[in-house]
Amino acid sequence: MNKPLTIAMPKGRIYEEAAELMREAGYHLEVDAEESRKLILEFPEQNIQVMMAKPMDVVTYVEYGAADIGIAGKDVLLEQDRDVYEVLDLKISPCYVAVAGLPNQPLSRVAPKIATKYPKIASDYFREQGEQIEIIPLNGSIELAPIIGLTDRIVDIVSTGRTLKENGLVEYEKITDITSRLIVNPVSYRLKGREIDEMVTGLSKAVGGED
Amino acid sequence: MVKRLMFEKPLGMRDTLPFFYNQKSKAREQLKTSILSFGYLFMDTPFLEYHETVGKVSATKEQRLFKLLDQQGHTLVLRPDMTAPIARVAASQLKDAEYPLRLAYDGPVFRAQQTEGGRPAQFEQVGTELIGDHSSYGDAEVIALLVESLKQSGLEDFVITIGHIGYVKAFFNELLGEDEETTEQLLEYLYRKNYVGYREHIKLLTLNEEKKRALLELLNLRGGENVFADSKSLARNQVCMQAVNELKQLYKLLSNYGVEKYIRFDLNLISHMNYYTGILFEGYAPNLGALLCNGGRYDKLLPSFQLNASATGFAIHLERLVESLNDRTNGDNRMGIIVDEDTHGQGIKRAKELREQGYPVLLQHIDQVPDLNEFKKQLKEFEDLTSKGGNRNE
Repeated sequence: MNKPLTIAMPKGRIYEEAAELMREAGYHLEVDAEESRKLILEFPEQNIQVMMAKPMDVVTYVEYGAADIGIAGKDVLLEQDRDVYEVLDLKISPCYVAVAGLPNQPLSRVAPKIATKYPKIASDYFREQGEQIEIIPLNGSIELAPIIGLTDRIVDIVSTGRTLKENGLVEYEKITDITSRLIVNPVSYRLKGREIDEMVTGLSKAVGGED
Repeated sequence: MVKRLMFEKPLGMRDTLPFFYNQKSKAREQLKTSILSFGYLFMDTPFLEYHETVGKVSATKEQRLFKLLDQQGHTLVLRPDMTAPIARVAASQLKDAEYPLRLAYDGPVFRAQQTEGGRPAQFEQVGTELIGDHSSYGDAEVIALLVESLKQSGLEDFVITIGHIGYVKAFFNELLGEDEETTEQLLEYLYRKNYVGYREHIKLLTLNEEKKRALLELLNLRGGENVFADSKSLARNQVCMQAVNELKQLYKLLSNYGVEKYIRFDLNLISHMNYYTGILFEGYAPNLGALLCNGGRYDKLLPSFQLNASATGFAIHLERLVESLNDRTNGDNRMGIIVDEDTHGQGIKRAKELREQGYPVLLQHIDQVPDLNEFKKQLKEFEDLTSKGGNRNE
């Protein structure tokens, strides 16, 4: 009778890790290979519907209420500053945001340029450091920018540091740690409180000990 | 700059077409009837106010105000809410009125929309202000009236969540002492709905485990009546006790009104950083994704207009209410009379008759109608008085 709980989730590795946590919490959201191209997956026996979204878009679906719950990277939450509840650190897909560049290359004195997918995180960080910078927004292969002399530094996600190394770049400063978070739409949080609290309790046990 | 095309409107501005206009009028009238029935008096204020007065004290963030300059160079704002203008009136023209004062309003408010779609920059609020009653009876009246108004408008499924900012602040004060920086930070985390950040921050504090556990326990103070006992055991100072007693009393009064089934409590609810001073509440309806209504007790606003009084009120977002009512009947019950040169006079007489019976009637000369069959379709009833159509032939 109740409308299903809608969860927006990113595809790929994060989905698998999240589904594993969900399984430990008692929700079975495993996907067959043949279903993996579908955008909406139904799990009627658990009254759950999963929307497959781009990681950057999960927060949007949840803020507008198209999804009740979402699994989103802290990087996206920091970058987009949206009106959603951030209820649980799932501690999956850990990585961090860092400043990197060519070795022994001081920041330009006049107008330091930073290439990034995260304009807000980058400018907030440098403002805190007392540094006025100019942002060059890029969508991918950010490492190119310092190599070809487009910018002084980049601000990007680092997980193993291999991509940086292979391209001859070094890490200058770590900005913040990133993991995936469970987020909830403010209205759903009130109207579907019981179902959501149940899931949060189950997941927090699965994650390990947080209350 | 991009050249604007003729159909474009400024970001966040919307047209109200006849169908939605009808729906809105219907919902508005129902809300107004309920509010009037509780003895509230409607009033209005101008769209434009000084930034220095109403703009500065309003609960709306500075960057979301629409600002313009008058000819003398004063900064004006398009009113971002109705509470601040009504406070201005209460403190000036109505300062000698009999208290408690029951005022109501209905009108558009403006909040600049800088990001993306789906968020109107102009929307209509219907609301009330109860000024000069600082008791729980006042809080209960306002919330009960909110519930009644929503019910009368046809909304069945909704929840009003009540919090108490006085409790939260006193609770932090008991556990953190005079550490205002930490208090601010924790309030900020709650306000931003960031429970992960709140927990992380508590881990880093130099407090004993018991205090830390109490701070974490705050996040669980949600639900029905059970919240009262839990919140009493968490903090024992007088202000907290008083706040819990206020909530208990409020619940009892709301039960007197018979509206308790719509009520939930949530002591983490922080709708605004420093606007409300006591009880505050938000209302939610399914399929909406955003707040339907909100309100609370504010004691600092009126003093900023040199009026020493406590007040409480609510505001309903009218367009969102209409959206959640999801009433698809279009309310268009117009009748049509088609005439030609010979029957024009007869048509006027017949239209007058019907109008006196209360029907909306349009009178149309046949020559100006490109497709009679299509034209008929929009009308509830139809009389063709032309010689071709035959008299009174439906």
